[in-house]
Amino acid sequence: MKEFETVIGLEVHVELKTRSKIFCSCPTTFGAPPNAHICEVCAGLPGALPRLNRKVLDYAVMTSLALNCEVTRKSRFDRKNYFYPDLPKGYQISQLYAPIGRNGYLLIEKPEKKRIRIHELHMEDDAGKLIHNDLDNSTSVDLSRCGVPLLEIVTEPDFRTSEEVTGFLEALRTMLKALGVSDCKMQEGSLRADVNLSVRPVGEEKLGIRTEMKNLSSFRAVSKAIGYEAQRQWEIVRGGGSIERETRRWDEEKEQSLPMRKKEDAAEYKYFPEPDIPVIRISDKKIDEIRSILPELPDQKFRRYIEEMGLPEYDAGILSANKETAVLFEKTAEICGDPKEASNWIMVDLMKLLNDTGTLPEDMKIREASLGEIIVMVKEGKISRASGKELLKAAFTEDAVPKEYADSHDLWLVSDPEVLKVAVEKVISANEKAVGEYLSGKTKNFRFLLGQTMRETRGKADPALLTGILQKKLSEL
Amino acid sequence: MEKKEILTLSAIELAENIREQKVTSEEAVRAVFENIDEHECKIHAYLDFWKEESLKKAREIDEMLANRAYSETALNPGNSEAEGLADPGEELPPLLGVPVAVKDNLMLSGRKMTCGSKMLQDYIAPYSATCIEKLEKAGAVIIGKTNMDEFGMGASTEHSFFGATLNPKDTNRVPGGSSGGSAAAVAYGGAFAALGTDTGGSIRQPAAFCGLVGLRPTYGSVSRHGLTSFASSMDVAGPVTRGTRDAAALFNIVTGPDEKDQTSISAPKVDLSKMESYDLTGKRIAVPKQLISGGSIENREAIDRTSEFLKNNGATVDLIDMPLLDYAVAIYYILSSAEASANLSRYDGIRYGYRASGAEDITELYRKTRSEGFGTEVKRRILLGNYVLSSEHFNDCYRQAERARDMLKKAFADVFSKYDMILCPTAPGVAPLLHEIDKDPLSAYIADLCTVPASLCGLPAVSLPFARKEADSARKEEDTADPSAKALPVGIQLIGPRFGEQEILGAARFLEKGGQKR
Repeated sequence: MKEFETVIGLEVHVELKTRSKIFCSCPTTFGAPPNAHICEVCAGLPGALPRLNRKVLDYAVMTSLALNCEVTRKSRFDRKNYFYPDLPKGYQISQLYAPIGRNGYLLIEKPEKKRIRIHELHMEDDAGKLIHNDLDNSTSVDLSRCGVPLLEIVTEPDFRTSEEVTGFLEALRTMLKALGVSDCKMQEGSLRADVNLSVRPVGEEKLGIRTEMKNLSSFRAVSKAIGYEAQRQWEIVRGGGSIERETRRWDEEKEQSLPMRKKEDAAEYKYFPEPDIPVIRISDKKIDEIRSILPELPDQKFRRYIEEMGLPEYDAGILSANKETAVLFEKTAEICGDPKEASNWIMVDLMKLLNDTGTLPEDMKIREASLGEIIVMVKEGKISRASGKELLKAAFTEDAVPKEYADSHDLWLVSDPEVLKVAVEKVISANEKAVGEYLSGKTKNFRFLLGQTMRETRGKADPALLTGILQKKLSEL
Repeated sequence: MEKKEILTLSAIELAENIREQKVTSEEAVRAVFENIDEHECKIHAYLDFWKEESLKKAREIDEMLANRAYSETALNPGNSEAEGLADPGEELPPLLGVPVAVKDNLMLSGRKMTCGSKMLQDYIAPYSATCIEKLEKAGAVIIGKTNMDEFGMGASTEHSFFGATLNPKDTNRVPGGSSGGSAAAVAYGGAFAALGTDTGGSIRQPAAFCGLVGLRPTYGSVSRHGLTSFASSMDVAGPVTRGTRDAAALFNIVTGPDEKDQTSISAPKVDLSKMESYDLTGKRIAVPKQLISGGSIENREAIDRTSEFLKNNGATVDLIDMPLLDYAVAIYYILSSAEASANLSRYDGIRYGYRASGAEDITELYRKTRSEGFGTEVKRRILLGNYVLSSEHFNDCYRQAERARDMLKKAFADVFSKYDMILCPTAPGVAPLLHEIDKDPLSAYIADLCTVPASLCGLPAVSLPFARKEADSARKEEDTADPSAKALPVGIQLIGPRFGEQEILGAARFLEKGGQKR
């Protein structure tokens, strides 16, 4: 029995994958040479003014709706003032007083069903990067990332375990990718999560003093950091000490959280409304428009797979969890007309291929229609199930076209009755003894004769057809 | 045409004469530079000018006009020799060949832009402001950048890192500010017109002190792209000219929406012929008593006499009460300083501009750079801005001021539902003596009372010289505390509703003509 409870809230930063930056038309390309993508606006030159990229606003509204948020009808930007060399204007353009989305939630399935409330969602511009050079102890500034659009999603402190946090982050990532608003690559920094964490004795209502943890670059780091920080805090609390309100940095190598800055020297950000960008008014019409182009979200898919396609919950959960498997499943089910069969092939055979090759679903090369075609070929008896598996592997690894591959590898079953009749006659005349025994009542000899005929056709006979012909021929004797 | 004669022309008259080839652009540029050579060492209106390049550009224009005339008279218009020359059918740009000056907080690509600050003393603009591009497209020959109070903060042009500008009408006095360089240059004939910028009165007040016309256009009607931000919600570029017609012509050139400034809007242009036939009959004009109570004798007289003149010409003039105006100066200094404190954060010594030497770490680099790079007045505003935005004072200062600003906007909307325009002084008195303002910065802030209301509410306002002759002779000698002030210009101001440029410039033109006749 645990003696304490961990309370966690998240601040998630998501880089939007718009082609141009939030306040100018510079490209957002990742990995460009330092300062290759800057202009007077994102480099903060005198006289340069921000102009809001409408795509960023659309993406923000889209995400707000997907997260069940209230969309703020009169939203605006605010300036967050602080000095740092990676911040050319001396302020970040963010949203404090009227964020674009508020009071939403996201349902998670893992580790168990739970509703995580979203406090708010707002737009802001990213800062540049400092590059330290140890050789001459100098620091250079790369402003290319300045102005890359970010969404910050702030949750309520609704998490109690690290599993819930990673479950949420996975669900959020799946959703954002389904919306097409972000790549959500944690390693490249396009999804960053800061963890606000406090502990309290089990049964206590009042929240403890929280710390904020930054620099978490993978789900694993998030998980480890939560475990470490909760334990660290509880040891202090249990020993009669008190937690300091501070920002801590997760050290991936040491697997420790280290103090970064105390609350006392927390910056005074002097937020005030951004006068360079007019108030953003969002009409009902605009919201309806965006809602209508909103793709089906993973949890909606999940329910549809169960209710309309008759899948078990387990299958539905896995197939709806990412865009690629969902697309493949739906196409396959459509072609073969059998969702359960489509699901079986994906859940068993395709998942095995993914695991064996260490491939992520998003990196699959298989064409959407291939699996459906394979299943139809198996169901129609044109190829054997074993050949079907071989075909799937070929389609998965080298994007083979099923029909062409079956041709070139001679996988087609023989289904010409005349050809099969000849083979059956040949086997009957070559196995007089076995046939005689069969006719006198030793029925198990049928299997032997069937096997012989199969061998005669080098395993390519359509089994059902072959069985029929053999039975017919034997009964005619 | 004689130099003297050329210099009596207004900007649009000069443009007309150049188009008709009665005067060459080169002659006009030479005439202006002769004045600059003569007066600049004393007045110091310019921070930078380029005589040779200006003359070169003028000659190109003259040549183009000559070629155009040739192709018009050529027997065979399809002649291949005439190809590539200016198309005779094409209309010539409105300011073709006219020498014009621009304030040094406007970006002009390839030229220094200092904003009157040590912080940007060597800064070269890498792009041009939209209003500058429009001016160039209109054919103007931009001859130099004019002096200003550092980053536009000040009302005397004494707060320039490069030294004060003097008032050409009386060199013991300031020309006003912050567009004091633009006003002084036009006043002594160092340019036919100039662009200034107006945040809290920086076009109108120097125009008043130098006997010129200064138009603050409706907020947003002129793009701010390339105008170095002081207070983003109030900054606007506009003309400083010798007459109202020039002001209207320049406004028409620089106005227009711009995708590079999301606060810019499409505003109607001013019809100069309608302006000429403006009729005062039935016009309703309001004079807020809060704006005339504290002024000088010269001012009260200017307002009284103007009111009388307006009434005599068919208008009604009412004294009205706008109690909120008592708060205008406080609202203005809270909001403009708040915005300025953020707008000036980018001058940190990292990417461009002045950088202090000998700093041990980043915090010290910031502190030293900004302590050494900014002047006293700028630092005062940054401190004030930080104070009103601090979490401790945000609600009782910034938020209150924001609310009061909204109330003031409403109060003006109410006035404009009953009146066509507002008449008031531009400044409390004539141009102050040099160094007078430094003694008491707070009084200098209070002196902005008449100009800041239009700034806060985004309204167009024009300052024009009050015709003194008649008033001077009528005034008793003993009324004047400062005898030397007697001959100095006094400005009167007309404030209109948003997009009311046609209305206030029409009335201003009427007053201008009436003044000439009297």
